[in-house]
Amino acid sequence: MSDTKRTSGAGPATACLSIRQLVGYYGQSLVLRGIDLVVNRGEIVCLLGRNGAGKTTTLRAIVGLLSRCEGSIEINGQQSTQWQPEAIAKLGVAYCPEERGIFASLSTEENLLLPPVLRSGGLSLDEIYELFPNLAQRLSSQGTKLSGGEQQMLAMARILRTGANLLLLDECTEGLAPVIVAKIRQTIRLLKERGFTVLMVEQNFRFASRVADRFYVIEEGLVIDQFHRDDIAENRTRIEEMLGL
Amino acid sequence: MSSLLEISISSFLGQLMIGLINGSFYALMSLGLSIIFGLLHVVNFAHGALFMLGAFVAWGLLEYAGIGYWPALLIAPLIVAGIGLLIERLLLRRLYGLDQVYSLLLTFGLAMLIEGVFRLKFGASGQPYPSPIKAGLELEMAFIPGYRIWVIVASLAICLTIWFVIERTKLGSYLRAANENAPLVRTFGINVPRILMLTYGLGVGLAGLSGVMAAPIYQVNPLMGNSMIVVVFAVVVIGGMGSLIGSIIAGFGLGVLEGLTKLFLPEAAGIVIFIAMIVVLAFRPFGLFGQDPR
Amino acid sequence: MKNLSTVSTRILMAAALAALLAAPFVAYPRFLVEIMCFALLAASVNLLVSYAGLLSFGHAMFFGAAAYVTGHAVKVGGMEPASAIVLGTLLAALIGWLTGLLAIRRRGIYFSMVTLAFSQLVYFVALHMEFTKGEDGLQDVPRRALLGVVDLDSNLAMYFFVVAVVGAGFLLIYRLVNSPFGQVLKAVRDHEPRAVSLGFRATRCKLIVYVISAALAGLAGAVKAVAFQVVTLTDLTWVTSGEALLICILGGIHTLLGPVVGAIIIVSMSHYLASFAEWVLIIQGVVFVVVVMLFRKGIVGEFYAWLERRAAKPGTALPAAQAQKE
Repeated sequence: MSDTKRTSGAGPATACLSIRQLVGYYGQSLVLRGIDLVVNRGEIVCLLGRNGAGKTTTLRAIVGLLSRCEGSIEINGQQSTQWQPEAIAKLGVAYCPEERGIFASLSTEENLLLPPVLRSGGLSLDEIYELFPNLAQRLSSQGTKLSGGEQQMLAMARILRTGANLLLLDECTEGLAPVIVAKIRQTIRLLKERGFTVLMVEQNFRFASRVADRFYVIEEGLVIDQFHRDDIAENRTRIEEMLGL
Repeated sequence: MSSLLEISISSFLGQLMIGLINGSFYALMSLGLSIIFGLLHVVNFAHGALFMLGAFVAWGLLEYAGIGYWPALLIAPLIVAGIGLLIERLLLRRLYGLDQVYSLLLTFGLAMLIEGVFRLKFGASGQPYPSPIKAGLELEMAFIPGYRIWVIVASLAICLTIWFVIERTKLGSYLRAANENAPLVRTFGINVPRILMLTYGLGVGLAGLSGVMAAPIYQVNPLMGNSMIVVVFAVVVIGGMGSLIGSIIAGFGLGVLEGLTKLFLPEAAGIVIFIAMIVVLAFRPFGLFGQDPR
Repeated sequence: MKNLSTVSTRILMAAALAALLAAPFVAYPRFLVEIMCFALLAASVNLLVSYAGLLSFGHAMFFGAAAYVTGHAVKVGGMEPASAIVLGTLLAALIGWLTGLLAIRRRGIYFSMVTLAFSQLVYFVALHMEFTKGEDGLQDVPRRALLGVVDLDSNLAMYFFVVAVVGAGFLLIYRLVNSPFGQVLKAVRDHEPRAVSLGFRATRCKLIVYVISAALAGLAGAVKAVAFQVVTLTDLTWVTSGEALLICILGGIHTLLGPVVGAIIIVSMSHYLASFAEWVLIIQGVVFVVVVMLFRKGIVGEFYAWLERRAAKPGTALPAAQAQKE
């Protein structure tokens, strides 16, 4: 189903992220068996697949949190496999984890300002407050006293300031009310307009299909299929079957 | 009135002072231990030996370089902190993924090593160190040495400053965040391994500082860390491992408790802190302010 | 505990038996007795660490308390050694049970500190009790005849008596560890919540092994009192607990023979370096550091690991179970 003309885009020059034959382990268990994927600048790419397929593990490998991995990860043109997380961050990638990772011993404002600005091109504080006005009102609250939706927005907001141009979003709509999900969709569209590149993991295919440009389907640590948003209409049933929906 | 309990006001004040002095050192030492445990999850048995090291560095500075107390107050903790940086970087760092037992045993071994070296050179006898403040407070019932007032006030100030820096400043927010989720903090580009190293240095620097401040009060001898370490651990456990405010309160509180017990029940003074620990742990498994690490 | 093939095990045991019988004619029996007492003490600490995951800083309280009571029973009470030793061991078990009721319910450093606190308390009590004679210690405990019949005056006879008793202690540990109860302990240690959900009473199991450990430490102390005829306050201090720990880690924590090997080395070292008292501390410190950094499994543990690596011939992939253990 993959249309090579549409999916691979131009050559490596515009690839923000390029992964080749990524093999990854959690302790002793082999989780990633040879992932290949490309994310071009300005694209929004979504990783789909069942639970335990290796989607989150792939994101963790990109930011350097996987204890053992082999293969090639290239971020903004720089080989980064085996690098320490601190160094990888400076290449311009930021991670918004599934569990959100809001620090309980920090206030909302401290949470927001924690990630340092590493490059230019990030959102200013004013822009962030404009995008997420309810965060501006809860600045002195303890980070974990915020609602689920507010914590998700905080988790996203704090990485927008850093200047990272590749954002990794893991299950950013999980367990959230439709109103908040809509807000997040709006935010991601805005980010695309601003030139950010997004690689996201999403169980909610309905949400993903309205936001992402391209999709990779991952199963048991391998990419088993990929398709473009335009392909969805014709192949909906097949896709839903593949995802187990 | 003063003979109501057959205890004179002057001896009460005297013991209170001793209690506060000891409490000052307990607080500073347990603060350092808590900071190290909170972030590195290391039970630093070398703390007592590094306290003793701080005192000896101060003594050495005076003896061999003519450098007095006030400069030593700055230099000695820095030297001890520097040694701490080396210990973390070269030894402790390699044990982080393993069971806590190993880092505990490593620091225990380092304590023996450091104490052994000093015992070799100085035996078990003490070296005197002159008090930098000769004046004092002349009260009706007692004379309170100025130096002791300095120790108490300075310790309290240092403890509260460190508490403030960690709990209320941006620098402290790095530490607090790393405490909770170090891997995530690293993905933000923050050099957590370096923070760990500096934190260990800070923790043992506090021990070194206590050593300098203790030098004019106790004799500077290789065993001074030994008797201190066991009590300090009790204090940290009572306050709650990893809790800064717990260490400060428990430190001063138990120092005073110990001092006053000597007045009423002199025999029990040696173990009142251990009895307190058993009582506290019977009701609060993680100390007064500690939290379940899970 | 590792299993070698049956034939190698039999050969090893025969060799060990021969060594035990011949030893007192090669080295001073008194020296060997000291090694055995500390080996048993270390083994009791090891049992608790390996099978309950609990690091005790207070085992000296069992060791010392039993030593004092046994020594006193023999010297003043006129008891013969076997009953005196039983008495001391039972006392240690009692202290174990009383302290364990609180200690067991705490974990990690909190458990360790509670044991230390109790140990300090016992020390304090002993310091102020009449019968311990304070700083002087209990001296000149007479060598009475075992069960009123067997003469233990000679060091050789005492040696064989100690071999029998300490051997029994080690045998108990071995049987315990390989029993169904041992399996339950492993389950509790590895994943307590799961063990509890399966119906095992984790707290009870831990208390049982804690009391057994206390009794064994007491047994070591009681034997020490009878064999060396002297009991001092040092036997009750955390320095003694620390030495037991050093022996454990040097020999190898998760092994049965580790404490023996560790004891041989540490006791020999303290004898050779008796005239260089200050160096002992430094050397022990260095040993600690080196072992923790480089030979974590301890001497016996590293030896077993080496045997396993040899068994897996080069070129063959290690079976999954082996790889898991690395």
